[in-house]
Amino acid sequence: MAAGEVSSLELMASVIARTRAVDGRVQAFNSFDAEGALAQARASDARRARAKAAGSPVGPLEGIPVGIKDVISVAGQPLTASSRMLKDFVSPYDATVTRKLKEAGAICWGRLNLDEFAMGSSTENSAFRVTSNPWDLERVPGGSSGGSAAAVAAGEAIAALGSDTGGSIRQPAALCNLVGLKPSYGRVSRYGLIAFASSLDQIGPFARSVEDAALVLRAIAGHDPKDSTSLKMEVPDYLGGIEALRRSGRPWKLGIPKEYFGEGLDPEIGAAVQGAIDAYRGMGCEIREVSLPHTRYAIGAYYIIATAECSSNLARFDGVRYGHRSKDAKDALDLYFKSRAEGFGPEVKRRIILGTYVLSSGYYDAYYLRAQKVRTLIRRDFLEAYKQVDAIVTPTSPTPAFKKGEKAADPLAMYLSDIYTIGVNLAGLPGVSIPCGFTKGGLPIGLQVIGQPFKETELLAIAGAYEAGADWLGRHPTL
Amino acid sequence: MPKSEDFKLDHVANLARIDLTAEEKGRFAAQLGDVLAFIAQLNEVNVDGVEPTAHAFPVVNVWADDVPEPGLSVEDALRNAPEKRDNMFVVPKVVE
Repeated sequence: MAAGEVSSLELMASVIARTRAVDGRVQAFNSFDAEGALAQARASDARRARAKAAGSPVGPLEGIPVGIKDVISVAGQPLTASSRMLKDFVSPYDATVTRKLKEAGAICWGRLNLDEFAMGSSTENSAFRVTSNPWDLERVPGGSSGGSAAAVAAGEAIAALGSDTGGSIRQPAALCNLVGLKPSYGRVSRYGLIAFASSLDQIGPFARSVEDAALVLRAIAGHDPKDSTSLKMEVPDYLGGIEALRRSGRPWKLGIPKEYFGEGLDPEIGAAVQGAIDAYRGMGCEIREVSLPHTRYAIGAYYIIATAECSSNLARFDGVRYGHRSKDAKDALDLYFKSRAEGFGPEVKRRIILGTYVLSSGYYDAYYLRAQKVRTLIRRDFLEAYKQVDAIVTPTSPTPAFKKGEKAADPLAMYLSDIYTIGVNLAGLPGVSIPCGFTKGGLPIGLQVIGQPFKETELLAIAGAYEAGADWLGRHPTL
Repeated sequence: MPKSEDFKLDHVANLARIDLTAEEKGRFAAQLGDVLAFIAQLNEVNVDGVEPTAHAFPVVNVWADDVPEPGLSVEDALRNAPEKRDNMFVVPKVVE
């Protein structure tokens, strides 16, 4: 586009044509506004022409269609959280990440499917559609940001935003052969993101390279007075920083946590991750075994903390000011019971009920407070490991993409698929999944690199060092 | 940690303000029983003297300057209302 060989309008039109051609099978989108996107593309081309005439720079994402998970507000567009509760909701304002994407020149493209209210690991909990994995349409794309992952993998968006509370960006990225980044807690504003578990949620990018993920992160990161948990820290020039680290030839010290390579890890994934570790060793990195002894308690702690927070956050859906309202309510109290019964799907109900229980009188100390203490121990494990190593390298998911329906009836089995990603959220760390191979059956495998707090530059440099010597991102699904 | 039989689904669903069908009650009780049994492994952890973590990076006393800014217009605030009249949300009668 900078060379004038292709316009934003042409790019957008080709993305729309691709979406129309394949999304009947992929089902990544809840909705999209093709006319609105083309209008944005025309406006981008006009900005580029004006900038060229004036000799001034264009935005870092000028004219690039970025897909948006349907849980992030874009003014005037639907915001459903893939829930009947918000089936007809229209965002009255832009999320901060949306505003920043627009300021960077990007086109906010479409509303991407997810597990209802971002609760799930397969995108099967959507009230509207089951998204397919572009690598095997019989299988799930992962979740909860499964629509975002499937759209980028299928060529229906150049990049996309997702949200990650327990692995909801990294796990679908792994299952769809993409780069998926969860930034440090506090790095990106959540203003305008529908809250699930506020002490864990972060917004981050899906992209087809570490470089693209760094560009999107740079655009969306930073302090926001409207999200008081966003930290007042300078946003570094990630691309420049990554390049400087690459040139310095600094040999990284990488930790391999033995707890992440035990029972339940698919042998083909174990072998691919070992291959990536060998590649790091081959480029001069020092590989050390580290221990994260409380790993096995992460899922238990997570499903107390996340459900407790969701039961509180989702109390706002009462059928009064917005969202689904039951037509059969006898009185005001009944309006709450019936609107919530009709509006929420089963997984959301289960989590609200579990969260209500662990916070209820007589159980708070035994469950919620205890889980917060275990969280401290999990966080300490990571910080202890970082005294020895720059980053930690693990599989992203214990299995490749599973078949639709395989885990749908067993919530606990579904929860266990997040085993390698959840600790990162509890500890507030940045983590990225990058492609590191394929199974014999042709399913993508992800490598997770976990960084130190707010050291996304180092994290992305380490991920990029592996990516530079691998060719997995050159493969595309046949659709 | 409490026993999983302490979990009374009807009571908790009432606190959560969610009506459940008989079918949901049966299914959720079994599924949540499994989850609670799994969570019970947290009992194995010695947490004596450990401080709880509410946020990974606690930020306290975040102040904003007290500057008036335009908020949502009445029209925007009511745009998603299930029922509205005369610039207000309509709700079922609360007092007789």
